[in-house]
Amino acid sequence: MSLEAFNNRNVTEGDYFLCDIEDYPQDGWGKFKRVVKRTFRGELFVGLWVVMREMIRFDIHTIQYPQEKMPIGPRYRAVHQMKRLWESDTERCIGCGLCEKICISDCIRIDTRIDENSRKEVSEYTINLGRCIFCGYCAEVCPELAITHGGEYENASEQREHFLIYEDMLTPIDTMKAGKQLEFEGFGSITPHEDERVKKTPLAY
Amino acid sequence: MSKIVINIDGKEVETQEGEYLLNAARANDIFIPAICYLTRCSPTLACRICLVEADGKQVYACNAKAKDGMNITTSTENIQKERRAIMEVYDVNHPLQCGVCDQSGECELQNYTLEMGVDSQSYAIKDVDRSSHDWGHLHYDPGLCIVCERCVTACKDMIGDNSLKTIPRGGDKVADEFKAEMPKDAYAMWNKLSKSVIGLTNGTDVLDCTSCGECAAVCPVGALVDTHFMYKSNAWELKQIPATCGHCSAGCQISYDVKHTSIQNPQEKIYRVMNEWNYVSLCGAGRYGFDYQNATATKDEAAFKAAVEAFKKADTIAFTSTITNEEAFLLQKMKEKYGYKLVNPEAKAFQTFLKDYSEVSGKKLYSSDLERVHTTNFIVSIGSALKTDNPNARYALNNSLTVSKGAGIYFHPVKDPIIEGLAKSIMTVTHAPLQEEIALYLLLDLFGDKEKLPKDIVKYLASFHSEKTITVTETIKEKVVEKVVEKKVNKETGEEEEVEVEKTKMVPKKVKKEVVVDDNKLLTLLGADEKFMETLEKNLKKKETFALMVGPDLYNHPKSKNLARLVALVEKYTAFETVIIPSLTNTLGVSLICELDDARGEYTIGYNTDGDFTLSALGDGDLDMPAMNQQEGTLTSVNKRVNPTNVAIGYNGYELNDIANALGFEAQNVIDYTVELPTAAGFKAEAFDNLPNHYENDGTEMRGYVLENVAVKASDDESVEKFSDDKLEGCIIYLANPVRQFSSFTHKTTELDEQSGIYMSEEYLASSDFNEGDTVKVITESGSLTANIVSDNKIQGSIVVLPTFDKNLNSEALFSGYRFTVASIEKV
Repeated sequence: MSLEAFNNRNVTEGDYFLCDIEDYPQDGWGKFKRVVKRTFRGELFVGLWVVMREMIRFDIHTIQYPQEKMPIGPRYRAVHQMKRLWESDTERCIGCGLCEKICISDCIRIDTRIDENSRKEVSEYTINLGRCIFCGYCAEVCPELAITHGGEYENASEQREHFLIYEDMLTPIDTMKAGKQLEFEGFGSITPHEDERVKKTPLAY
Repeated sequence: MSKIVINIDGKEVETQEGEYLLNAARANDIFIPAICYLTRCSPTLACRICLVEADGKQVYACNAKAKDGMNITTSTENIQKERRAIMEVYDVNHPLQCGVCDQSGECELQNYTLEMGVDSQSYAIKDVDRSSHDWGHLHYDPGLCIVCERCVTACKDMIGDNSLKTIPRGGDKVADEFKAEMPKDAYAMWNKLSKSVIGLTNGTDVLDCTSCGECAAVCPVGALVDTHFMYKSNAWELKQIPATCGHCSAGCQISYDVKHTSIQNPQEKIYRVMNEWNYVSLCGAGRYGFDYQNATATKDEAAFKAAVEAFKKADTIAFTSTITNEEAFLLQKMKEKYGYKLVNPEAKAFQTFLKDYSEVSGKKLYSSDLERVHTTNFIVSIGSALKTDNPNARYALNNSLTVSKGAGIYFHPVKDPIIEGLAKSIMTVTHAPLQEEIALYLLLDLFGDKEKLPKDIVKYLASFHSEKTITVTETIKEKVVEKVVEKKVNKETGEEEEVEVEKTKMVPKKVKKEVVVDDNKLLTLLGADEKFMETLEKNLKKKETFALMVGPDLYNHPKSKNLARLVALVEKYTAFETVIIPSLTNTLGVSLICELDDARGEYTIGYNTDGDFTLSALGDGDLDMPAMNQQEGTLTSVNKRVNPTNVAIGYNGYELNDIANALGFEAQNVIDYTVELPTAAGFKAEAFDNLPNHYENDGTEMRGYVLENVAVKASDDESVEKFSDDKLEGCIIYLANPVRQFSSFTHKTTELDEQSGIYMSEEYLASSDFNEGDTVKVITESGSLTANIVSDNKIQGSIVVLPTFDKNLNSEALFSGYRFTVASIEKV
């Protein structure tokens, strides 16, 4: 590869040009004149007028948040959720740790152990929402569609660190029993026509 | 073996005549896929994926030997097809549970499946029940197993336990229709694969071996895993710290795999120990004995002040050989500056032995090392309980026996079923304690160059020979002529008639014969069995290289000086090269660096040993010290190599260097002393940060540096004393550890759960009225102790073994130097 493009560090040539900026005032009088000019431009009243006009008209377009909330798209990436299996209502997460690995802001940590049935079990799982940038990689990489994003976007908290633990994210069992678990349609979900693209493995049964 | 040039994929490659093509390619950075092959072991030929074309013929690179001018193509269209088919076969019925598999991506099945571009499956076979087995410290999941037999190979060719084998799988046969449509080798490989899984040789479902865990380390998939590590962590989360094992003198390359303890606890924790298993094999202590760190240490200023005061007051520093070269050097510097006595009886004995040895040999160090023993044909071990004193020496012996077509003799008073089980070509001589001298004389007698040997030794040796007449029964074949009546059809008449025919037959006949044979009294004294000479003659065929390993029994032997001189004579006048196995981790380093004193003075500082003021890495002393896995520094191994080790786990307390600095030394870190290690003793002026710690692709060990074997002035006096007729008889106790234990540090670890107590063989327990668990009192001339009996099936015979790994047992107090002593044992 040629390194010429990298070696030319003269950024004033080519597509770059200097903005036409007025010279800075050098003396006190010049500075005073600039302050007066900026203060009495009248732009302030343009904005005030818009507010006043809408107030008189009572034609309000804003939503009465927090009483009222906008519906959120199914692919919106807000606070994470842990899904359950439709077949058995058990947790989908197998503890593979891929979300922990892929997390670019390093906010997921997972502890696993062997459970009494000799299966891998997630003993603890946290996401530090203070660091999470909601990129969606965890949901995309998850092989079991277990961790997904949800619609909960209200993250205000009294401290920067805001930890989410496994139990917070897991679909409540009664929601599950009621069949009300929502599937995530964003990153990591099954794409349409997946069945047609899969190559079938022969079986000797 | 001579250098030859072969051509691999158009690249001229220089290699040894007879080297396997795979190794030649690997040494020259040419990639040939291979799964079942283990460097240093014999080719298994299970995976068949290393197919290459040599001079137009398809061969397996792992067992085809290089010939001069050979032309090798690593990949042809047909080979590509074979390899893809092989990987497809391996993927048949392999569970898609990579997400929870403990191999976590460090998987050769995954790698080669992707490498061969397998994106669809063409083969199928009905699966059988392959539920997992808990084998104790290992967990086997046949579902994940690809039966490459690497575990079996490692156990047989390297470790020598022979605990694993292939057992029938009991599934369907591969459907005949595949024979026509599949590539040939892939079909053959599948046929074999579908018949077997891995099982235990002892027929039970629990492993009874020396628990080294090497089989799990070499497993290319997640089929064999350490039970303690199951589902604990993904490999990619672990940070690998290159280090050197600090348990024995083998100085094995290891890496500590560390990660934070848990979500709540960010403190680093060692999760497992890994090794470069192609070039180094660990023992159970190295593999599982990793969490002996001094975790609770803090900067206790009061204790530190007291320590500095104690150092000002003291006139002696007593220490053990579980210490880095740098700290040993620091102690030596303290001695030079403040006149401390340095006391380390165990290293002192070794040092004296080495000195006595070099007086005759003219070299500061012994001539060989364990790496060379691996490829030696004939090995003799004297004075070492090989499997527990230095497991790597045993692996070297076993590797030579099984792979290098070697043979050997094991001289030791304690009968060892593990050593006897290594191979048929190992001969064991169970002599009485104190007879090690006779064994060395026997070597001089059997292998010594009688023309060059000092005349008086030749004469002395000749005095043990006499002629005796024995009657042997020989089977010879004799010609016997018999008359037999046969029925024959007469051709002319067509009738059957009886004809008398003379037949000669060769009949074996036993003949008694009187023969005059040489009678070697040395053999009788040692208690070698009658067929010794006969077996030896058979075993000595085609042997070119010889090695002698001597061990710690000799260093404290009442006649250790004579033994050392005999060892040097064996080296000088026979074809044997010698390895003198240091008794503890850094005994060799300490004996080269420190001037050691015999007796303690009035006030002693004990470093990891008892004293008036104790510094302890076990956490039970007056001031805490870092354990070996919390230190950086170098360790000198039996291979005469100065190996670097790094900090695996953080340490919050004070260390020896802090005390030294308080006493007026100036070094920021203790590793500042690495460069100053004495060059006169063979060390190099190399800074710690410049020391590598890895293996090259061709197996070259790039770890630290090798000590220079400095020449010393040899005395012309080669005289040796005659052996004494003393031998211990009666109830004998022996100071040695059970398998997987070396010191208080191994005792501290959680995974090594050997019981402390008095170890008796099953055989002895059966024939005496002692039972496992009984509390007994052992009394010797030097002292007595009371402990419980532990049954041990890794030893045989009537010698009782007392371990040193439990500090509370204080078994050393029962012995006055020599590792064997007579004792009386009674039930309490």
